Amino acid sequence: MKNYYQPEIETMPLEELQALQSERLAAQVQHVYENVPFYRGKMDAAGIKPEDIKGIEDLHKLPFITKDDLRDQYPYGLLGVPLDQVVRIQSTSGTTGRRVVAFYTQDDINVWEDCCARALVAVGATKEDVCHVSYGYGLFTGGPGLNGGSHKVGCLTLPMSSGNTERQIQFMEDLGSTILCCTPSYASYLGETITEQGRKDNIKLKAGIFGAEPWTEEMRRDIEKTLGIKAYDIYGLTEISGPGVSFECQAQAGMHIQEDHFIPEIIDPDTGEVLPEGEVGELVFSCITKKAFPLLRYRTRDLCILTREQCSCGRTHVRMMKPKGRSDDMLIVKGVNVFPSQIETVLINKGYPANYLIIVDRVGTNDTMEVQVEMTAEMFSDSLKEVAAREKELVEAIKAMLGIKIKVKLVAPKTIARSEGKAKRVDDRRKLYD
Amino acid sequence: MTVKQISVFLENKPGQLAAFTDVISKGGINLRALSLAEAEDFGIVRVIVDNVYNATAILKEEHYIFSITDVIALEIPDTPGGLNQMIHVFGDNDVNLEYMYAFAGNKTGVANMIFRVKNVDKAIEVLKEKGIKTLTQDDLKA
Repeated sequence: MKNYYQPEIETMPLEELQALQSERLAAQVQHVYENVPFYRGKMDAAGIKPEDIKGIEDLHKLPFITKDDLRDQYPYGLLGVPLDQVVRIQSTSGTTGRRVVAFYTQDDINVWEDCCARALVAVGATKEDVCHVSYGYGLFTGGPGLNGGSHKVGCLTLPMSSGNTERQIQFMEDLGSTILCCTPSYASYLGETITEQGRKDNIKLKAGIFGAEPWTEEMRRDIEKTLGIKAYDIYGLTEISGPGVSFECQAQAGMHIQEDHFIPEIIDPDTGEVLPEGEVGELVFSCITKKAFPLLRYRTRDLCILTREQCSCGRTHVRMMKPKGRSDDMLIVKGVNVFPSQIETVLINKGYPANYLIIVDRVGTNDTMEVQVEMTAEMFSDSLKEVAAREKELVEAIKAMLGIKIKVKLVAPKTIARSEGKAKRVDDRRKLYD
Repeated sequence: MTVKQISVFLENKPGQLAAFTDVISKGGINLRALSLAEAEDFGIVRVIVDNVYNATAILKEEHYIFSITDVIALEIPDTPGGLNQMIHVFGDNDVNLEYMYAFAGNKTGVANMIFRVKNVDKAIEVLKEKGIKTLTQDDLKA
């Protein structure tokens, strides 16, 4: 069969796959109990010994790990190996407390890059291909992950990174890029620009792998049309490794989770109870091969559905459908994770009331974010330029916090609805999750 | 002498100014002068009223955000060069004008203007030296 990078694993009969998971899980639990005091404490408190976890049927006994745990243990508290075995960190954007810093041994990097290589081969990449990586490079996992995967497949790899659209298109034309990896919004933008400039005939792209932000089927059709390619979704998170935790095959019917490395569960976000296949719930991952940052039962806050229905591609690994939303209030704007509490912190620091509304929308292919803030007597003056300068100061402070430029709109007092109990802070008009 | 200008924050959308003038008129306040400054999403309406105390009490009640600023009100001869001469008094003496606007007064033969300057004390001193009389809050009562 074609289109597999590691066929023996990707098409492994379910029973065998689960036996492999059980064996790896038991070893991983032993590893973290011995090497991570945080886990040992948590397991001791719950009265669980490593021997109690014999296989995947016992997974539910382990306590969850949350983003709060990551913050509390920052930076080294969850490290599973001595630092001299760690070769890399990757990180999410955002400020301390919200920023995730993950560690990798060389083996962990291999696991991650294997997953990315599987994703590339699944969409048809071979060593004949020219893989154009326009994800950001650096701390962000997108660029390094797909770059490593592309090397493993043997593609000619173009480490373009993001931005400089003219140069991106020039390289596509001159070097004959065939596979594009970037965020879906950037793919849309590239598609639009190429079409507008009448350069589509010079482009040899055949497939693209697009992730790191939510996107719709409508965007997929749009990208496929403007770039003349097949567009595939990829999913991942820095906490678990990066892109390639799951990815679409050519069936474009959900993303196969790389179960030999990551065990997924779907839980009820309120009770923590494991839900049966086919129900919507919060996605939880356990890393069973990674050693440096070995998260077990990590709550992703992504809401989605898993299915074990046979896929036409022949892969036996479970598929996750596109996430249907979040069980927390995190927004993804321009590919950046945004928590309303970060906006609140800036407002309070700058002397504004913590009453605000975040409006997120998508204009063309661009996410926009507006923060409405109520004007106060202290902030006001008769001078237009002074008030405008305060508005600008707020824009700058939020930019420093989030890393993206947003719009601030000062509104009259009492115009943002106060609600009893949980205030509605976000109005997301992008309709990403229907 | 200076007069009190009330500056009010308004959102830049239809109906906001009308809502404001509704409040003023229902409160029995007479607007003596008004000027609007607009930014993209908000505006500042600056007014001179006959009764500052009552006006601010009503605005507070209606949850408006406002500030009070000392500005200079002057009568200017309604003849060619009248304004030019006055502006020279400020300019030649290093008094910086932030903004200004005209309003209708009670007397004929003169134009009325409000001047917002950076350094009010200095401006008043300069005007005094030149023997130019500034209007008082009482002068502005209808």
